[in-house]
Amino acid sequence: MKVLKDLYYTEDHEWLKVEGDEAYIGLADYAQDQLGDIVYVELPEIDDEYEKEEAFSAVESVKAAADVYMPVDGKILEVNEELLDDPGLLNQDPYENWIVKIEIADKSQLDDLMTSEEYEKFLDEEV
Amino acid sequence: MYPYIPNTKEDEQRMLEVIGVNSIDDLFSDIPEDVKLKRDLNLNPSMSELEAAKYMKKLAESNTPIDDLTCFLGAGAYDHYIPSIVGHITSRSEFYTSYTPYQAEISQGTLQYIFEYQTLICNLTGMDVSNASLYDGGTAIAEAAFMASNITRRNKVVISKTVNPEYRKVLKTYAHLQQIEVVEIDDKEGVTDLDQLKNHVDNKTAAVIVQSPNFFGIIEDLETIGEIAHSQKRTMFVTSVDPISLGILKTPGSLGADIVVGEGQSMGMPLAFGGPYLGFMATKKAHMRKLPGRIVGETVDVDGNRAFVLTLQAREQHIRREKATSNICSNQGVNTLAATVYLVTLGKEGLREVATQATQKAHYAFEQITKSGKYKPLFDKPFFKEFVVTSSVDADEINKKLLEEKILGGYSLGREYPQYKNGILYAVTEKRTKEEIDTLSSVLEGII
Repeated sequence: MKVLKDLYYTEDHEWLKVEGDEAYIGLADYAQDQLGDIVYVELPEIDDEYEKEEAFSAVESVKAAADVYMPVDGKILEVNEELLDDPGLLNQDPYENWIVKIEIADKSQLDDLMTSEEYEKFLDEEV
Repeated sequence: MYPYIPNTKEDEQRMLEVIGVNSIDDLFSDIPEDVKLKRDLNLNPSMSELEAAKYMKKLAESNTPIDDLTCFLGAGAYDHYIPSIVGHITSRSEFYTSYTPYQAEISQGTLQYIFEYQTLICNLTGMDVSNASLYDGGTAIAEAAFMASNITRRNKVVISKTVNPEYRKVLKTYAHLQQIEVVEIDDKEGVTDLDQLKNHVDNKTAAVIVQSPNFFGIIEDLETIGEIAHSQKRTMFVTSVDPISLGILKTPGSLGADIVVGEGQSMGMPLAFGGPYLGFMATKKAHMRKLPGRIVGETVDVDGNRAFVLTLQAREQHIRREKATSNICSNQGVNTLAATVYLVTLGKEGLREVATQATQKAHYAFEQITKSGKYKPLFDKPFFKEFVVTSSVDADEINKKLLEEKILGGYSLGREYPQYKNGILYAVTEKRTKEEIDTLSSVLEGII
């Protein structure tokens, strides 16, 4: 399973790419692989605020539906509208195709997330 | 041996042996002795089929069937004409158990009529997507509130008191269990008080819910109410409508509604205490994934033939139980079929005719009843097939006298609106004749 360096990861298999006070959030390779062909992505509205671990999006595949959770508290700045027309992008390249861009409310929460090394270990051990 | 249990004593004994217990009572040994009922149930001795039929007939005769009376009662359930073809189609054996099937795609006929029903509801309401139906008008409003709350992530709904009081009670029951706050807006001269509404719609409001024609029969200013609802970003505008009225009124969709619901009994279903009735619900495409209940979609099979499937099932509680908008996983199959046959039988022109006749006859009745001055109009607003008059005499008293003349009088408004004590809400459908209306007004004149 592909794990990209320099990203933060959650136990629910979201990734977070930090750029200053902002960050992109997407689904890790493992998550898209488990879900199978993704047919729909539900996106939040811009300016919506979410708390850490709150569901901000849902993805539906041909065999399941799953929520996507916020890795940290934050406000939605952008949503990836390309996913509405082509949800399969999440299968094709889960790290290139982010779901939302957020403003991070509290950067200290990043310490609670896993580094790529930790996430790889997590995948080996837990999954 | 009981008449409906085919097992003999010997069968019973063999089954007990296979399981390895001595008696049927042993099967309940896990239940503590002190909570067990130690006597026979207090039931009448059994009757023969003949006796039972006689007894049931006697019970049924304590009702007065609607056809023995002239009905001017409405308030949510209406005495519209049901073309005989409706009963013929719905009682065909293929449709007897027309529940949404568990092996859905095997029942192409059922899915096809549900698909046609959904198409009809969309055309009627001016919306993009309809579900396969809900229980009734009241639960449809409650489901709409849940749906709006789910979409907006807010937990306050604002509803006008001109919405059917029973629907509001259902909403409050549902809302209470979901921690949704229900704010009620008073009426002002028979319509929703728009100033009060404005004051209560804020950025915590998930939905504004109104009914038009409202409970008093009056057409609400949906366009303006929609603007008030949409003055807050994302607040959903929910309208409850009488489907028959859509034969002559603008669609709620064209007036800005986000979710349209209503009671479908008028579309080919008989009046029955306790139903079964039919809740319908439709919305815009943007919200279809939050629409509760089942949805039938059209597709093609492996050979390229037109076929129907249950679609978008990830919304439903059997796949994503804790996240589903609703716990409904059924629909009102037979009633949906009745509505479909009713609408298809009437067609566009027929529905317009029913709506126009009901309006004209209601207005004729209004003029006849109020012309003597003994009964006064309670409101001065445009109405559809129902209107309210008031007098110096108690409403129940009037209805009692009408019933003596085999007339089922109107709804006594004081029951739910104490400020309108003595007010009576009359409903006039296309079935009422000039003679019947004239009789009503002359009997009414004689009472005061």
